[in-house]
Amino acid sequence: MSDFDSLAQIVISGDFGGAKTLTQKMIDNGVDPLEIINQGLMAGMNVVGVRFKAGDMYVPEVMMSARAMSTGIELVKPLIADKDMPSAGKVLIGTVKGDLHDIGKKLVVMMMESAGFEIIDLGVDIDPATFVKGVKEHKPQVIGMSALLTTTMLSMKDTVEALKKEGLRDTVKIIIGGAPITQGFADQIGADGYAPDAATATELCRRLIA
Amino acid sequence: MLIIGELINTSRKAVREAVETQNAEYIRQLAKAQIDAGANYLDVNCGTMIFNELEMMEWLVNTVQEAVEAPLCIDSPNPLAIEKGLSLVKHGQPLINSITAEVERYQQILPLVQKYRAKIVALCMDDTGIPETAEKRMRVVKKLYQSLTEAGIQEEDIYFDPLVTPVSTGDRAGVEVLETLALISKEYPKVHKVCGLSNVSFGLPNRKVLNQLFLVQTMTMGMDSYILDPLDRVMMGFVHGSQALLGLDPYCGNYLSVHRQGLYQS
Repeated sequence: MSDFDSLAQIVISGDFGGAKTLTQKMIDNGVDPLEIINQGLMAGMNVVGVRFKAGDMYVPEVMMSARAMSTGIELVKPLIADKDMPSAGKVLIGTVKGDLHDIGKKLVVMMMESAGFEIIDLGVDIDPATFVKGVKEHKPQVIGMSALLTTTMLSMKDTVEALKKEGLRDTVKIIIGGAPITQGFADQIGADGYAPDAATATELCRRLIA
Repeated sequence: MLIIGELINTSRKAVREAVETQNAEYIRQLAKAQIDAGANYLDVNCGTMIFNELEMMEWLVNTVQEAVEAPLCIDSPNPLAIEKGLSLVKHGQPLINSITAEVERYQQILPLVQKYRAKIVALCMDDTGIPETAEKRMRVVKKLYQSLTEAGIQEEDIYFDPLVTPVSTGDRAGVEVLETLALISKEYPKVHKVCGLSNVSFGLPNRKVLNQLFLVQTMTMGMDSYILDPLDRVMMGFVHGSQALLGLDPYCGNYLSVHRQGLYQS
């Protein structure tokens, strides 16, 4: 097995100690840092994403894999110029105004980061103005909004409207999720997509950015 | 033990369809089945009907009360929908689901608790979210206990919900709830404790088993009310069995009664 395959396997098994050791060994052997990410760490995480979606891996295992991957990334990151850092895209994410629930959002952040997206997590209780400000500041390709309450989900529409008003609506794709959210609601408020779980949200982002 | 039947909730597909088609017979049967299975209260939640929640709340509460004389747990994030439901309750003391220590929510819900002399589910969260540890949850419990009792709410009418979060995303999520229960029981012996169980198993396989185990564990730590599916016979079997084992069922009378009714026959 090549070192790349071994590293991918280590990420899949969630062995963060092993990820650190092997990544360091590969760096010391002069392996291209970008290849360590793309062919080792990220390759492993891609398998994790597929298995999670298929129900063959579970949330705690995905969390361990994500941690193993980021252990490796931390070692190679200083060796790569920022502009060369592979990125699947930039996503601005937050739980909407009046809503403090963040477990679902955290899972989405973890899955997306693991898939190579750069995530700006605004946190919880984020009003439309703060989303707008975030779009101006960070210029993301996608905004992800989360809501657990039927009363707060309406704030998603306000954010869509606020972005329109600022002339920013066409600069970003908007995706939404959370227990009470449906595809119908996404269509109704003019969002670009809805995802029922973290793995699907990640795929949705890939599709929208492509 | 107080069992709040959770099935009349429009986030469930069959109920949503029944509400949309005004299928009163389905709702009446669902209400009756839950009471027959041992529910003491029926939760009524149509929060997903965001554009006509008040109207649907009115229809649901009226329809349920055509079938059963049970008290209701009026459940909504929308205070107007809660008030609509409360204003129509005919039987017993209603339960409101829920108040929190979030400033706005607290101010919206407290007057309803007072006006309708309701029981109240108090969620252990404030404007900073759900506290992770038992110690931090207890700060919210203390704050809610003090303000609610000062506002004239009887201790016996307060149902603290420690808020169950998934063990899949935090190893200590379950044990923090158990510790919170122990602390509430010690410091405020007269208040009640309530929770839903299914969050604990999110993200893991064999969720039913984990939910059942968490029922037993939380009961052991003093939980005395649940929002659950009373038609789940295994779960209800655990409720009654645990009560007997915990010394809460004199002469095991209730346990033997549900046994004779065939609850434990597969």
